[in-house]
Amino acid sequence: MSAPLLQLQAAVLGWQQPCCGPLNLTLGRGEVLGLVGPNGAGKSTLLAALAGRARVFSGVLKVAPGATIVLQTQNPPPLEGLPLSGRDLLALTEASAQGLPDWLAGRLDERLDQLSGGQRHFLALWAILQSAGDLVLLDEPTNHLDAAGVAYLAAHLRERVALGAGLLLVSHDSDFVAMVCDRVLHLEAFDGL
Amino acid sequence: MAFDLFLLPFLTGLALAVLLPLLGCYLRLRQQWLAALAYAQMAAAGALTAAVVALPALLGGLLAASLAGLLRPLSARRLSGMAGDVLLLLAGWAASVLLVAHWPQAERLGHSLFDGQLYFAGERELGLALMALLLALLWLYRGHRGLLLAQLWPDLQRLRGQALWPSRVGFDVLVALCLAVATLGLGVMAVFALAFIPPWLAFRRQRNWRQALGYAVLLAVLAYGLAFALALSLDLPFGPVLALLLVIGAVFIA
Repeated sequence: MSAPLLQLQAAVLGWQQPCCGPLNLTLGRGEVLGLVGPNGAGKSTLLAALAGRARVFSGVLKVAPGATIVLQTQNPPPLEGLPLSGRDLLALTEASAQGLPDWLAGRLDERLDQLSGGQRHFLALWAILQSAGDLVLLDEPTNHLDAAGVAYLAAHLRERVALGAGLLLVSHDSDFVAMVCDRVLHLEAFDGL
Repeated sequence: MAFDLFLLPFLTGLALAVLLPLLGCYLRLRQQWLAALAYAQMAAAGALTAAVVALPALLGGLLAASLAGLLRPLSARRLSGMAGDVLLLLAGWAASVLLVAHWPQAERLGHSLFDGQLYFAGERELGLALMALLLALLWLYRGHRGLLLAQLWPDLQRLRGQALWPSRVGFDVLVALCLAVATLGLGVMAVFALAFIPPWLAFRRQRNWRQALGYAVLLAVLAYGLAFALALSLDLPFGPVLALLLVIGAVFIA
């Protein structure tokens, strides 16, 4: 059995002060792990720690050597007022347009701030999902998406992990979590150490 | 005869009219458009200080601007938004006015820096403008994706292990140095007008990044050519003519 892509052992995470943990989890290739829990439980903080922005106060947070990470944050990229097309956005992360849903594939040459919020969000998500990465971190990916977008995303995520990626998904959308995840980890609100 | 006399100034300004809107587009992308004026003003203050202590004005301008280019990103955490740019701008302006008011050596250079006296440009100024343009083009060719990524997905570069300094401090220092060269040739407000107005219009009207860069450069070059001819034929200072043309063009297009 290959070593896990991501491993946390009694990891206490936070910003200036600890705000979540101790956390224990493992994530392997071809797996989707859902992280759920109340606001403030530290779900996004865990993703931020993996991105190198939040701190690990104690315990172990280990990513497999050589594994590459891609992260989609809750906040969409600031595209308002920028002369950027969908094609520009995909080129930035070297993402392919192949496989985009029809309702978006035909609008790649339009300015991004002329697309709807949902279309923009999906395209930004696609740019991250299609870029090269072994460990894919998604924070509330279904925000702003309609039912068709959510269904398309779910199918695509399964294709992505089938190719060998590991996926850590933070979401409040319980239906989506149930549809996509192999395992679900419930985080509790932090009550101090 | 007149052609020979004004060829070098024309070519110097032309190089800067290509350089400044390109840099302005990336400054606007980074929501740093006011930094163009702040760096130009700091370069002017540095050049005037150098003139007072009998050093080359160019050296003073480059030093002051590069110092501002280093300090601005390093202080960005504490001075959020455009507060850092405003402080630099006010400091540069106050120092410049005080120097011009009290030292005769600074007075003449001060007029040139604020009026924009491109017609005195010679081989040295043309060489510097071409070097600044070449440096900026090379930097943007290699680093434009990093600059866009740093703005849209700041985590991605760190996660990919890419160096962060080129899109943080490096770009600011590059812009500051280029603006110092441009300020000594075109004057403070003409530099700001070229770095602000064409990118602003391009961001409003163009559909993708490449088109926006091309449109900004085209507008700037057209305005520059017209301003050069008008100022020369009517015997007017170049800087205000260029700024006014750009403002009129902006109102018309916007």
